[in-house]
Amino acid sequence: MKKKLSPAFRDKLVTSGIVVVFFALCLILTAAGATSNQFRGLIVPIAIYIILAVSLNLTVGVLGELSLGHAGFMCVGAYVGSIVSLLLGDVIENGYLRFPIALLCGGVIAGVFGFLIGIPVLRLRGDYLAIVTLAFGEVIKTIVRNLYIATDAAGLHINFTAIADMDLDPDTQKIIVNGAMGISGSPRDSKMWIAALLVLLTVVVVMNLVDSRAGRAFMSVRDNVIAAESVGVPVVRYKLLAFSVSAFFAGIAGVLYSHNLSSISPSTFDYNLSIMILVYVVLGGIGSIRGSIIAAALLYALPELLRALNTYRMVIYAVILITMMILNNNEKFKGKLSRFSPKTLLDRMKRKGGDRI
Amino acid sequence: MSFLSYLISGISLGSVYALIALGYTMVYGIAKMLNFAHGDVIMVGGFIVFSFVSTLGLNPLFSVLLAVVLCALLGVLIERIAYKPLRSATSLAVLITAIGVSYFLQNVALLIFGSSAKSFKSVVPIGEIHIGTELVISGETVVTIAVSLVIMVALTLFVNRTKTGKAMLAVSEDKGAAQLMGINVNKTISITFAIGSALAAVAGVLLCSAYPSLKPTTGAMPGIKAFTAAVFGGIGSIPGAMIGGVLLGVIENLSKAYLSSQMSDGIVFSVLILVLLIKPTGLLGKKINKKV
Repeated sequence: MKKKLSPAFRDKLVTSGIVVVFFALCLILTAAGATSNQFRGLIVPIAIYIILAVSLNLTVGVLGELSLGHAGFMCVGAYVGSIVSLLLGDVIENGYLRFPIALLCGGVIAGVFGFLIGIPVLRLRGDYLAIVTLAFGEVIKTIVRNLYIATDAAGLHINFTAIADMDLDPDTQKIIVNGAMGISGSPRDSKMWIAALLVLLTVVVVMNLVDSRAGRAFMSVRDNVIAAESVGVPVVRYKLLAFSVSAFFAGIAGVLYSHNLSSISPSTFDYNLSIMILVYVVLGGIGSIRGSIIAAALLYALPELLRALNTYRMVIYAVILITMMILNNNEKFKGKLSRFSPKTLLDRMKRKGGDRI
Repeated sequence: MSFLSYLISGISLGSVYALIALGYTMVYGIAKMLNFAHGDVIMVGGFIVFSFVSTLGLNPLFSVLLAVVLCALLGVLIERIAYKPLRSATSLAVLITAIGVSYFLQNVALLIFGSSAKSFKSVVPIGEIHIGTELVISGETVVTIAVSLVIMVALTLFVNRTKTGKAMLAVSEDKGAAQLMGINVNKTISITFAIGSALAAVAGVLLCSAYPSLKPTTGAMPGIKAFTAAVFGGIGSIPGAMIGGVLLGVIENLSKAYLSSQMSDGIVFSVLILVLLIKPTGLLGKKINKKV
């Protein structure tokens, strides 16, 4: 007899299946040489934004705390990852050995920052929390904009004023982080299949976390903090856990990002990026991991696909965004739309079948 | 003497933040939404004055008045088209819509004016003022502080003394009860958006006169800083927005002068985080005890 799968497990299977099929198709098509250069360039960024959206969904959707500083965690990951790779560049030549170390370091340090920013979360609510996370992102951006790191025969030099202040040995000097210019020359270790694997890892971990005891605790905190507290849910611990895990994956995405481009600059990681990720999460459906994946992939590709429209594309993107939000909250429109959803169509077909008998 | 001049220019910058923060805080109080497009209304105000003065050659003062009226209309229009259908939606949905409006305004400006910075001709007719031998205050600084002061006093009187102002307070306290008392809620919300956007236009003109470079993204950073100023002072509170704005401007300018000009933004935001850690509802924010 066939064993029946539990609905939650089936759900997870479908979501991971979507990820596997999508990236497998991309990899096969690329290997067969059937993809254009533009499309190939999109795959790793799509993977990065899926990881970012899924991890942000953990705090915004599942825990219910609005965070506008996700780009800050990504920035920490990107910088730490690149610095580790550049420092290890001479010691470990093999990219497949070096990259996991960079990923782990970037993720863990970003996770630590997530823990730190989680502490004010315990005292703040709603919009106040949103502004603190936004401020945190801007502080991180300002710090890395003024960060200078270099090495020479004497060792590692770090300061916050200028490279010229370090008295480097001109023969052996190697500039790693150059203030507002950012980091250049990170090894291009972000291979397509590694990115795809990391997306799968993120999705599986986050889905299992949401489906676990911790996940149920997150949702109870979101739905009613006071009720959760009074039945003995340790709210503090779970909030910190959600923030750390979310930041960890944002850090991973950051490492992928910095190893996908030949140079990164601090101005990339501003609040606009955080907001863009938030848009993916909200349009994908708050709390829905599958929604985040699809929205991130589609919405990241949308402006790229609209590139033919040139200067009008961002205006069109904005109009689409506003219209989608308004229609999505319009009961009449929702009613009309649900008539075409697969579930309703299936129901109707079943009913028709029933009539005949 | 230099400390005094930094302080004065800080107050001037801060009063611009305060004007923008007032718009944020009033809209937040009444519509319970973070109007992320507010910062871009500043930019629109700047561009309206820029096109009237530099392109059409109109009188600067008349252009400013026109910009204020047009921005007020724009604010009402944005509310009617984008936010009104979402009044019963979640706050996150409204936030995303506001971000969409912000993208829209920025990119329409980009289409019309291009991405290169325009040099904005100051609309302030008076020159520098010398006090003693060392203290020099620019005309823009004086006018900014004076205009902001007048607007803040007028706004406080308007909100507390007039019927419309009291209606605004009533709606922000309890929309349903206000409606039962015969207050036209839709009209009151429209008026709030109109006033907020008019203030943003004034702030835009003052900002561009002091820092004469105008781009489609000009409004973004002052908008975010004014938003933090509003939260700093306690969002929803009108005196809080004024104090928060001025304090933020002074902190920014003094840290630029004495600590590090590169790090000033970081310092401003760090102070904000600290203040909110100590006083989670901002300086003048009301503490709301949540009941089960």
